[in-house]
Amino acid sequence: MANEILAREPNYLEYQGKHKGIAGWLLTLDHKRIGLMYLMAIMVFFFVAMTLGVLMRLEMLTPGETIMKPQTYNSVFTLHGVIMVFLFIIPAIPAVFGNFFLPIQLGAKDVAFPRLNLFSWYLYILGAILAVASLFSGSGAADTGWTFYVPYSIRSAQNVTMTTMAAFVLGFSSIVTGLNFVVTIHRLRAPGMTWFRMPLFAWGLYATSWIQVLATPVIGITLALIMLERFLGIGVFDPALGGDPILYQHLFWIYSHPAVYIMILPAMGVVSEILPTFARKDIFGYKQIAISSLGIAFIGYLVWGHHMFVSGMSDASRIVFSLLTFLVAIPTGVKIFNWVATLYKASIKFSAPFYYVLAFIFIFSIGGLTGLVLGALATDIHVTDTYFVVAHFHYVMFGGMGIMFFATMHYWFPKMFGKMYSEKIAIIACTQIIIGFNMLYFPMFIMGYMGMPRRYYDYLPQFQGWHILSTVGSWILVTGIVFMFGNLLYALLKGPKAPDNPWGGTTLEWRIKGLPTLENFEEIPVVTGGPYVHDRPTYIMHPSKEIQHTNGDAKKAEKEGVSH
Amino acid sequence: MTEYTETAEHVHESGHMHRDDEASKMAMWLFLFTELLLFGGMFLLYGAYRFQYADGFKVAAADMNSFIGAVNTIILLTSSLSVALSIGAIQRNQKKLALAMLWFTLLCGLGFLVNKYFEWSHEISNGIYPGGPALQEMSNGQVIYFGLYYVMTGLHGLHVIVGMVFLAVMIAFIQKDIITNSNYQKLENAGLYWHLVDVIWIFLFPLFYLLH
Repeated sequence: MANEILAREPNYLEYQGKHKGIAGWLLTLDHKRIGLMYLMAIMVFFFVAMTLGVLMRLEMLTPGETIMKPQTYNSVFTLHGVIMVFLFIIPAIPAVFGNFFLPIQLGAKDVAFPRLNLFSWYLYILGAILAVASLFSGSGAADTGWTFYVPYSIRSAQNVTMTTMAAFVLGFSSIVTGLNFVVTIHRLRAPGMTWFRMPLFAWGLYATSWIQVLATPVIGITLALIMLERFLGIGVFDPALGGDPILYQHLFWIYSHPAVYIMILPAMGVVSEILPTFARKDIFGYKQIAISSLGIAFIGYLVWGHHMFVSGMSDASRIVFSLLTFLVAIPTGVKIFNWVATLYKASIKFSAPFYYVLAFIFIFSIGGLTGLVLGALATDIHVTDTYFVVAHFHYVMFGGMGIMFFATMHYWFPKMFGKMYSEKIAIIACTQIIIGFNMLYFPMFIMGYMGMPRRYYDYLPQFQGWHILSTVGSWILVTGIVFMFGNLLYALLKGPKAPDNPWGGTTLEWRIKGLPTLENFEEIPVVTGGPYVHDRPTYIMHPSKEIQHTNGDAKKAEKEGVSH
Repeated sequence: MTEYTETAEHVHESGHMHRDDEASKMAMWLFLFTELLLFGGMFLLYGAYRFQYADGFKVAAADMNSFIGAVNTIILLTSSLSVALSIGAIQRNQKKLALAMLWFTLLCGLGFLVNKYFEWSHEISNGIYPGGPALQEMSNGQVIYFGLYYVMTGLHGLHVIVGMVFLAVMIAFIQKDIITNSNYQKLENAGLYWHLVDVIWIFLFPLFYLLH
């Protein structure tokens, strides 16, 4: 009977509301449509920034000028960084998949503030336009690197003001999304969904959202001060007027280090979703994983100084920051061990999303361990500002968040679009990505260790062999990525219809028949157990019809949960 | 103000509008946290430079007119009281009193800005502004003091203006009976914002006017 009702109700893609056609998207308040709008915008900027990255690698193919002048190279690495960090890595998983799946996983009809949600998308677009416009206006794109370090960012004749303005607006968008998610998680969990019955993706987003709310304003004021410094010369960061550039670095990293966890925590949340699905058993150490997200978020606030070990801090503060940096490894290790323990004695199903998660664990572990090399004072001084650092953060950011973005796409694709892609091609593309990735970035560890400085458009001939290897790796990686997206695009247009629950997932989104409708659920479901229980149902999808047939568990659960 | 709480915004079938005052209040508090951190960055700079340039800061602060500062403090504290009274009034369904209190609050905000205007133009006419002739003669500590003074009080002044806009919207809402004795969360949020503006000033006042 329920099926007939669902069959009649249009899904979120077909739904025709007050506004039709394109306006139905641009004015939508539906969290799922907003998520897809984010996806489209984010994909565009991902490809822009990826192209810039490929061009940089091409320039490094031979010593001296290959395809661009040093000034152009400076602008290219700045924009590659700004676009990747602020337009892709930070918003990608929360704004796309968080928007789409957080309310569904919580058993809600939408986020707490749908209008605010749409507003944050427009802020994102505004920031993106500013970032792209800074390329073509004024005296050319910023050349400071994405860190905007003073005093150069004050003196540079390039269009730094507009680029910082873009980052400022994007920060505001990020705050609004974070605020919305915190309130959503507090207020809109379905009856019976206690904190420790929430899916771990929601926990990851919860920790992320707090960082977004509490750290982003600091970068806001810091970038605003750069703009004021450029316009008025107020002196707070200008050494000529008595300002202290080191203070800028402190303020910048007070935000930008926690931001690293904004990037990775949602990705870790998705790992905790995908593993129990394909291991076909409950996750090991649910509470520890949930709490460790908060632990990472909290300790992550206190470690910013490790970006400044060579900036002239006192020895005492360097030792404290180094120690605190090592502490972050503890909650991260808790997660990794719990994930591995989940796989122990599991009947694992090797599907495409799972394959990507394995790639993540492998690559992220290399990134994480080399992070300890950078966190230790003595070794950090040797490799500071070399390719070693570049390799490290590409292993954690791209290898961590980027690969998990791909995994997330493959995991939720059938539920978002109702189509199925070729798993075989997805796995081949993944293999190619793993090979290309390591070929591109691993030589950078070696070059960095040998002393190749970052952000130079030129190098000594002795590095050429490694640079050639790395550049060839970039071609393999990029074709792999194009191949992967091509596969998904083909599936979107011509793929077969996806089953309701292709992976055997246990969380609420997989209980929905077909694509989600406008309000996700006909009736707000009642939750009676944890999110990853495989052997019995833990959700009552139609409480009004089913509740009298259950043994009273549901009513008890209803009392425990938040009431509306 | 974007703190609307139509959770089920698409009310086409279920037909009920979901209002969640608790969520709205929580969002407002989170927003206030972000404001505190925004100013927190500035206070951090102030602390560091006060430590580095203790003498320059003392000399510069001695120039400030603490009488106008004190008057402005009294004005803002009074306006915080009147905003609170207006919320109390709307809860008791005293619409006229609530409106009067809000108008009074707006007046206080305007008074504060007028004072601020005279203060700033006094400094500027003395050549004390970023890049100004008098400031160029001064020590690094004084330059930074006035740099921070303009940025922090300027940013605070912007918040006063935004707060006044919020309150003006609230006046319109009360007149149109959108805010009533059973639905006053929007007014409470605007009040919270106004208190934040007040609280930040309470820290700015001693830091720039009294510590010398």
